[in-house]
Amino acid sequence: MNIYAIAYKNLLRKKVRTALTAGGIALSAWVLATLLGFNKGYQEGLNRDIDNMGFQVLLTAKGCPYEAATLMLKGGTGLRYMPESVVKTVFQNPEVEKVTPMLMHGVFDPNKGENGAVAAYLGVDAVSFPPMKPYLEFKQGAWFKDNKALEAVLGYEAAELETREVGDKLLIPGIDREVTVVGVLKRSGTQDDGTIFLPITAVQKLFNREGLLTGLGIKVKKEADITALENRLYDLPDVQVVSMAQVKTTIMNLVNSARVIVMGIAGIALIIAMAGVINTILMSVMERYAEIGILKSMGAMPLDVFKMIWAETAILCGLGGAAGIGLAFVTARLSEAAVRYFLPYAPNGALVALDGDISGFAFGLILAGGLLSGLYPAWRAARVRPLEAIRIEGEQ
Amino acid sequence: MANNTVISAGNLSKIYKRGSEEVRAVDGVSFEAAAGELVSIIGPSGSGKTTLLNMIGCLDNPTSGSLSVGGRQVFGGHKELSEKELTAVRREMFGYVFQKFYLIPTLTVEENILLPGAFYKAPGAKAARDVMGLLGIEKRSGHLPGELSGGEMQRVAIARALINGPKVVLADEPTGSLDSRRTEEIKGILRDLTRQGITVVMVTHNLDLARSADRILEIRDGKIHTP
Repeated sequence: MNIYAIAYKNLLRKKVRTALTAGGIALSAWVLATLLGFNKGYQEGLNRDIDNMGFQVLLTAKGCPYEAATLMLKGGTGLRYMPESVVKTVFQNPEVEKVTPMLMHGVFDPNKGENGAVAAYLGVDAVSFPPMKPYLEFKQGAWFKDNKALEAVLGYEAAELETREVGDKLLIPGIDREVTVVGVLKRSGTQDDGTIFLPITAVQKLFNREGLLTGLGIKVKKEADITALENRLYDLPDVQVVSMAQVKTTIMNLVNSARVIVMGIAGIALIIAMAGVINTILMSVMERYAEIGILKSMGAMPLDVFKMIWAETAILCGLGGAAGIGLAFVTARLSEAAVRYFLPYAPNGALVALDGDISGFAFGLILAGGLLSGLYPAWRAARVRPLEAIRIEGEQ
Repeated sequence: MANNTVISAGNLSKIYKRGSEEVRAVDGVSFEAAAGELVSIIGPSGSGKTTLLNMIGCLDNPTSGSLSVGGRQVFGGHKELSEKELTAVRREMFGYVFQKFYLIPTLTVEENILLPGAFYKAPGAKAARDVMGLLGIEKRSGHLPGELSGGEMQRVAIARALINGPKVVLADEPTGSLDSRRTEEIKGILRDLTRQGITVVMVTHNLDLARSADRILEIRDGKIHTP
């Protein structure tokens, strides 16, 4: 028999009250762990998405840079056009290792979905594009070899949606032209899964966009000065420079602003849970006032009583915190779906990334908050004089 | 003071202030109790008997007078004992029994008896089994207090008071919540304790129980009244 066993059994006296208080703590722990996991997951996902693009700088035709960045992260490259000659100009910069031109074109497909939808085609260069996406693997077939060929490579989800395999024909609505599927990609977990890739020259011809591009991906040499390159590119007419580092920072700044508000809410939830702990433990001390006095008459020191009541708080917070963090793991995918529903852009992959560090930090914070809340009730209990208990008994 | 004297109180007084009024709850009480003696304290409500019991048990400090327990000067010596020292005296010398038992409802009989061991090095499970055997509750060791009768609960409370091997058991209305049959049982148990050399001092309103003691102290208006 030790103080901690007594503390645990004391909590079992009022099961409903204990369960409700532990539930409040669990809720706070769940919110805290989910938010911390979201912060980590979002940042990692964003980094992954941007790294998977294969280039560090994107040139698009002048327009809203945020619109361009969002389109790009969703798989597009912007729908304004810039001249193809910009490729040569960019290549003249010493920092540039590779460039890959892109032309995005959307066509309304009346047979897509219930009311029709836009089918998007991404024209890419057969030579420069594949090396920038080394992580893309083929389920069937391979990349097209000729930029003029009427061929297509389908992302995993695009192939599922169109129900096409290598060798099948794919009809482009609006212009009634067919292309042959020469490759189907494996699932990559990126925006490429939903993309239909066509050779860039073929796209320019099919949609009468000869000599035009919607984007130009630039891979910079290792240890080259990206800022110096960006500054020179800013001087080019009719194009805008979208730095992936800036996109990352801008999006993270937006997310951080929202996070401050949500963390504030989590803080309030924590404070409410702490108030609940103080209330529960203090009430429990008041109810056991006489009993605590008897314990002291039996030889319990004030510190013993303090430890016993504090242990009750620690057990309550420990169980509630563990349950809340467990719940955060269980509901991570559900939370992720909810976040994706509300956010205009969310990176691919796990959006709520919970791990040992986050769980440990959240648990520690809940436990520390709980122990802080338990100080006052434990101090009150430690001060009970045995005589008071006997007097109370006499008065009852 | 005789060699086997366990409790020696000299001119003990307890004075309370109630506004400007001075209340002498205990007024110059002197008495001694020997090892294995059963002493009952009787008197009308408010006469000061519980206050006297509390002072004997080191739960309350006297305003004046002296008290020694087991040869150790507790009150009225050269140096006042600290709360820690008083707790040590309570641990070593006393077992307390109260009218309302105060058993922890979520602990089994055995766990309740072993409760003092949670706070200091007290005898363990074997001693608990011995005490339960002595009080005839060994078959109830795994039961919760809610599953016991009033008499059994008081036996558990007495067992808890005995677990640290006290020299003195202080009982405040030990049969106050019990019927006459259970009262007889408790009376027998208290007498058995004295046969083992334990001094029992009890406060009671039950004259029949009081008469079973070796000595009766009647308190009136804070003073010992000799019939």
